[in-house]
Amino acid sequence: MFDTLAFYFSFPFVRYALIVGTLISLCASLLGVTLVLKRFSFIGDGLSHVAFGIIAVAGVLNLSNDMTLVLPVTVLCAILLLKTRTNARIKGDAAIAMISVGSLAVGYLVMNVFSSAPNISGDVCSTLFGSVSILTLTISEVWLSIILAVVVVTVFVLCYNRIFAVTFDEDFATAVGTPVSSYNLLIAAITAVIIVLAMKLVGSLLISALIIFPAISAMRVYKSFKSVTICSGILSVVCAVAGIIISVLADTPVGSTIVAVDIICFAVFALIGKIRTLS
Amino acid sequence: MAQLICKDVTLGYENITLAKNLNFEVNKGDYLCIVGENGTGKSTLIKTILHLRRPLAGSIHYSDGLSDRDVGYLPQQTVVQKDFPASVYEIVVSGFQGKMGLRPFYSKEEREGARRAMKRLGIENLENMSYMELSGGQQQRVLLARALCAADKLLLLDEPATGLDPYGANEMYRTIKALNDEGISIIMITHDVQAALQFATHILHIGSTVFFGTREQYMQSREGLRYIRFHEEEEREAENV
Repeated sequence: MFDTLAFYFSFPFVRYALIVGTLISLCASLLGVTLVLKRFSFIGDGLSHVAFGIIAVAGVLNLSNDMTLVLPVTVLCAILLLKTRTNARIKGDAAIAMISVGSLAVGYLVMNVFSSAPNISGDVCSTLFGSVSILTLTISEVWLSIILAVVVVTVFVLCYNRIFAVTFDEDFATAVGTPVSSYNLLIAAITAVIIVLAMKLVGSLLISALIIFPAISAMRVYKSFKSVTICSGILSVVCAVAGIIISVLADTPVGSTIVAVDIICFAVFALIGKIRTLS
Repeated sequence: MAQLICKDVTLGYENITLAKNLNFEVNKGDYLCIVGENGTGKSTLIKTILHLRRPLAGSIHYSDGLSDRDVGYLPQQTVVQKDFPASVYEIVVSGFQGKMGLRPFYSKEEREGARRAMKRLGIENLENMSYMELSGGQQQRVLLARALCAADKLLLLDEPATGLDPYGANEMYRTIKALNDEGISIIMITHDVQAALQFATHILHIGSTVFFGTREQYMQSREGLRYIRFHEEEEREAENV
C-alpha cells in the first residue's frame, strides 16, 4: 500500500491536491464554528450555488482565469444575503433559497444554451461534485489557494476574540461599541472566499459539508469556544488528508470521499459525546 | 449631578408609538426600576439608552463624566446562547472587547480583571465550566460579570431574574443590590413589583400613563397603587389555583 502511495505522490498533481485540500478544509472548519453557531449554515449552502452559476457564466464568456469573476461576485452575493437577513422584506431563509436555486438553474441553463464544450454533463457534474478537478490544479491555482488560506487564517486569528463576541451576543457587542455589522460582513466575505476555493476540492454541492461537519462534530465533545475551534480545525484537516489518500488508493471521487470521512467522524464524536453525558 | 438624562423621549417603530414623553434622570448610586406591562417599550428604552436604536423624539445623554463606554449591559438571553459552547471565562473576558481598540488580544490586566469580576460575583470556581451546563442563576451571574468588565459605573439590566426560581431570583437581586451599595448605578427592567419596591430608590412606570419618582412617591401615586393592587390580586389568584 505504501508503495502505491509513494508512486502516486511522485506525481505533482497529487501533492498539489493534498496541499490545497488541507488548507481549504482548515479554513472552512475555522469559519464553520461561527457559521453554525450564528445559524448561518445555509448562507454557505446558498453561496456555493451562486458560485456554480457564476462559474457557468465565466465559462461561457471564455474567461481564461474564471477566479477574477467568480471571487468578487460571490463576495458581493454574500454581503447581499447578509443584508437581506437584517432588513427582511423577504425573510432570510426564503431569500437564500431563491438566490441559490435561481443561480443553480440559470447556471445550468447558460451552460447548455451557450456552451461550446463537447461534454456538458461532465462539466456540470465536476462543478457540482468536484469529481476530478482537484487533480487538474495548476501551480498558479495552488499558490492562489495557499495565499488566500494564509490570509483567511491570519484574519481569523487576529479577529478571534471579536468573532467570538459577535457570535455569542450581538446586542452586547453593539452596546460596548464593537462594529458588529462590519464583522458580520467580514465573516460573510471570508465565507465566500473559502467557498470559491473549495469548489475545486469538493464541488459546489458538497462545500457545506466541509463547513458544517467538523464544527458540529467538535461541539459534540468540547464545550468551550476555543477547544471547539481547535478541534474542528484538526478534525477537518485529518478528514481531508484521509479522504484524499483513500480516494487516490480506492479510485473514488475526492469530494464525496472527504465528506464520507467527515460523516464517519461525526458519528464517532456524537457517540463519544453521548457516552460522556451518560457517565 | 445626573449621570443620565432623558428628555421628552418618545419610543417606537416606524408607525407605532410605544411610549411618549419619558422624562427622567439617573444620579450616581441610584437604583432605578423600570416597570410596566409587556409591550410598553421597556426593552426598547434600554436599547435606546445604549444607542442600539434611536428615539423617535427627544434626547438621551450621559453627563457627569459618564460616556457610553462606562455603561454595562445585561441583555435578555437569546436562543442561540442556550447551547453555545463557551467557557465562563471566555464570556466574562469578552466584556472588555470595547476597551481593546485595535489590539487583537486581551491584555494581562484585562484577563486579571475578568478573574476579579468572577470573584466579585462568586463564580470564580466555574471559570472553566461550559456556559450551557450552568443553572439559570449561574448563567445570569456570568453575564453580569461580563457587564462589570465592560463598565462599572452604570449597569443596565433587562429582566435579570427571568426564568429563575424564587430562591435564585432573590440571590440575583441581592447581588445587584450589593453592587449598587458599592456605588454602581443600576437601571433594571423587572416584572417583579415586590423586588422593585424592596430595592429601588426610583421607579419609572411605563404604561398608558408614565410615572417617574422615588419609590415612596410611587407607592402613593395612582399608577403605583393600581399596579401594586393588580399584582397582589394576581398573586392571590395564583395561590387559590
